Amino acid sequence: MFRLFKRKSYPEFWKQHIEKVSKSKNYTNYETIRFVALDTETTGFDYDNDRILCIGAIAIKNNKIKVNDSFEVYIKQDVFNKETVKIHGIRRNGNEVKVSEEEALIKFIEYLDDAIIIAHHTKFDITMINEALKRINVGPLRSKQLDTNFIHKKIATENQFKKLFSLDELCKIYNVKMHDRHTASGDALITAYLFLKLTTKYKKNNALNLTELIRTNYYLSS
Amino acid sequence: MKNTIAERIFDFLKDFPPFDVLNKEQLFKISSNVKVIYIENESFVFKQTEAPHESFYVVKDGAIGLYRTMENDQILVDICDEGDIFGLRPLVQNDNYLMSAKATEESILYAISVEILKEIIQTNDKVNKFLIASFSTNIKTPYAQQNYGQLFANEEIIQANNTGLSDIQTAQYSKNPISCSKTTTIKEAAIIMSTKRVGSILIVENKNPIGIITDKDLRLKIATGLISISEKVSEIMSSPVITFPEKITIAEAQIAMIKHKITHLCITKDGTPNSELIGLLSEHDIVVLHGNNPSVLIKELKRAKNVNTLKYIREKTSNLLTGYIDQKIPIVFISNIISEITNAITIKAIELSIEEMETQPPVKFGWLALGSQGRKEQLLITDQDNALVFEDVPKEKYEETKTYFLKLSKIITEKLNAVGYEYCPADMMASNPKWCLSLSEWKNQFNTWVTKPTEKAIMMCTIFFDYNLVYGDAKLVDKMSESIFKSINSFEIFLNFLGRNALINPPPLGFFRQFLVENNGEHKDQFDIKSRALMPIIDAARLISLSHNLKGENNTISRFQKIIQVEPQNKDLYLSCIDAFKIVLRFRTEQGIKNNDSGRYIDLNTLTKSEKLRLKGCFKPIKDIQDMLNIRYNLSQMM
Repeated sequence: MFRLFKRKSYPEFWKQHIEKVSKSKNYTNYETIRFVALDTETTGFDYDNDRILCIGAIAIKNNKIKVNDSFEVYIKQDVFNKETVKIHGIRRNGNEVKVSEEEALIKFIEYLDDAIIIAHHTKFDITMINEALKRINVGPLRSKQLDTNFIHKKIATENQFKKLFSLDELCKIYNVKMHDRHTASGDALITAYLFLKLTTKYKKNNALNLTELIRTNYYLSS
Repeated sequence: MKNTIAERIFDFLKDFPPFDVLNKEQLFKISSNVKVIYIENESFVFKQTEAPHESFYVVKDGAIGLYRTMENDQILVDICDEGDIFGLRPLVQNDNYLMSAKATEESILYAISVEILKEIIQTNDKVNKFLIASFSTNIKTPYAQQNYGQLFANEEIIQANNTGLSDIQTAQYSKNPISCSKTTTIKEAAIIMSTKRVGSILIVENKNPIGIITDKDLRLKIATGLISISEKVSEIMSSPVITFPEKITIAEAQIAMIKHKITHLCITKDGTPNSELIGLLSEHDIVVLHGNNPSVLIKELKRAKNVNTLKYIREKTSNLLTGYIDQKIPIVFISNIISEITNAITIKAIELSIEEMETQPPVKFGWLALGSQGRKEQLLITDQDNALVFEDVPKEKYEETKTYFLKLSKIITEKLNAVGYEYCPADMMASNPKWCLSLSEWKNQFNTWVTKPTEKAIMMCTIFFDYNLVYGDAKLVDKMSESIFKSINSFEIFLNFLGRNALINPPPLGFFRQFLVENNGEHKDQFDIKSRALMPIIDAARLISLSHNLKGENNTISRFQKIIQVEPQNKDLYLSCIDAFKIVLRFRTEQGIKNNDSGRYIDLNTLTKSEKLRLKGCFKPIKDIQDMLNIRYNLSQMM
């Protein structure tokens, strides 16, 4: 009975994740912060029943998107929702090399390192990942998180109270060309472009530091 | 691991030079190491005199202006748009930036590490050449001699992507040729030839070719009744056969056929008669491959009896030209052949016209081709520019003589018009009394132009100075040339006027999207390649060769070659002008063929990135030679 409340013994990768995030010295200086723009493709929108098909991510550091620091993984499926195939194009038995959910997560957590996650509607992607982490008895993610939607809302002069913006809408507002929409890597790259443009704009009125940026994230940080 | 993002970058870069010449592995390595940067409008990527970054840049979206700061002026040197590279030279040469790069609209750049490129440069010569060239458009002394290759403005590199000259291409021979054994009767062989619809049959023994029978043998030896059709083929076959290995080039094949006076070559496994027969190469195969053969055309011309034949040959010549351009044959070679044919057509037209006259010409005369035909640079069919000079005659004979030559000229120009060389809209033709003159009249005319160099006179000079004798008496023309040089020497300021004319059209800076970036910032979407690129080079060559008294060369390339001998210190500049000229001439010809017009106006929207780069590479030498003329003839004071 007592044991239930005792701290679980975590696998090595998770221990490292916690340590990297909590002990990182990179957060104080904006130039040294590694951001990871991230997107997932899933079988659907139900946190309990749907699954991650693919994770795409790309790193941004010191205002540069680093193509050699990117991540892409496809996950083997037990659950399959043929409705969403139309959107993401990933079939159950497609050509991509697929790995198990656990392997994908471990690889992703290792890639993530101490990075700050940036996504569009971050809550969705993170919740999907956290649900998956729960299935292998770890989680939730300790990484700090940002959302392009909230950074935009912070700097937008109009429509402050508009609900939420879709990725497509933001691309239009910030003139980001949309290639590869609805592939995880493609959306991650678009998110990265958006992030560069947003932070450049944001920088004009504010000193660019992480605390400020995270403050935009009232939704997530609450 | 799959890398979608790098694949997309790969797809973008692969269309732009120099990435288009990289192999897949090299380009993928570059693509997967790109850093993507966002630059806001009006902000700097780097500034002049700054130490070099570790990466150079490719514009993905947007536009970057390159500026040089001189004292307080910011001079726009170039605008880079999608696919353009900038900021590379300082990295390779370990030098600070000579220019500032500033976004003229918000831009996304790919930053590529120079280290990766350095590795590639060592193994990929084409990239190397491209880079030298791209530097040349940005640095002050582009003609520094590099032992590893010339500027990009060099025909070689254009050809590099191609299979090369057709003459050194491997000939396409017919595989599985029709054959029979030596014991076959002549009748049987003829039946085989008829059913297989071939003009020749090979006689083989143990698969090796030992002889050949062609239609000609049947005609000469059988149809004449010399030999009976029931005899064996060995009785009439030509033996031994001439054999070659399968890698035979067209040039080799042609030479062998001429040398042995035969029309068929056997292709065998090892190239000797003692190996297995694998194919047959006939003269017909080569003609088909070549489209047409210039020597055949010239031969036909000599036999021509009327204008229709001339017209037919002129049309054939156009096909020949298209073929040559497609095959990337050197432009000098092409223009030589085309002008030979044009000359031959003109000569034939003159001969036919003289026959139509009631009497032979009363005195010696010379028929002159002017302008591009005079310079032997006419590739596409254009309008005719010509003139006639006749020997001085006593005053009382003048009217009669002139009337004769005017009448003759009228017939000649009519014939040329019928062939396809349209009448000159400005009437610069020998049928115009103004341009059908006696030797003394011509001398006077040239002297007037030289000593009273009005704008119109200068324009006339640029046309009439490039004359070339096509038909008639060479001595007459020599005298005319001597007189021109004498006039110029006694009135040297004429050259300054000619120089001013040569600078009327400065080349543009480059291209930006579908626009030309002119020095003065004007934009146009059609590019006048003739006046913007060809004429400046032609004018410069004419002017400098006149200033050195170089006679007897009208062709721009030959002129520069002669000038180099006189001014070896400027060799690099002149060589770059020759290269630029070749490229621009080819370009115009290609455009003309494509659009079926004179090729003079080019719609920039239709050009690919590498075509624009090719053209842009030519602007630099034009600009440089104009700068030189400006100083040499003190032209800035005359403007």
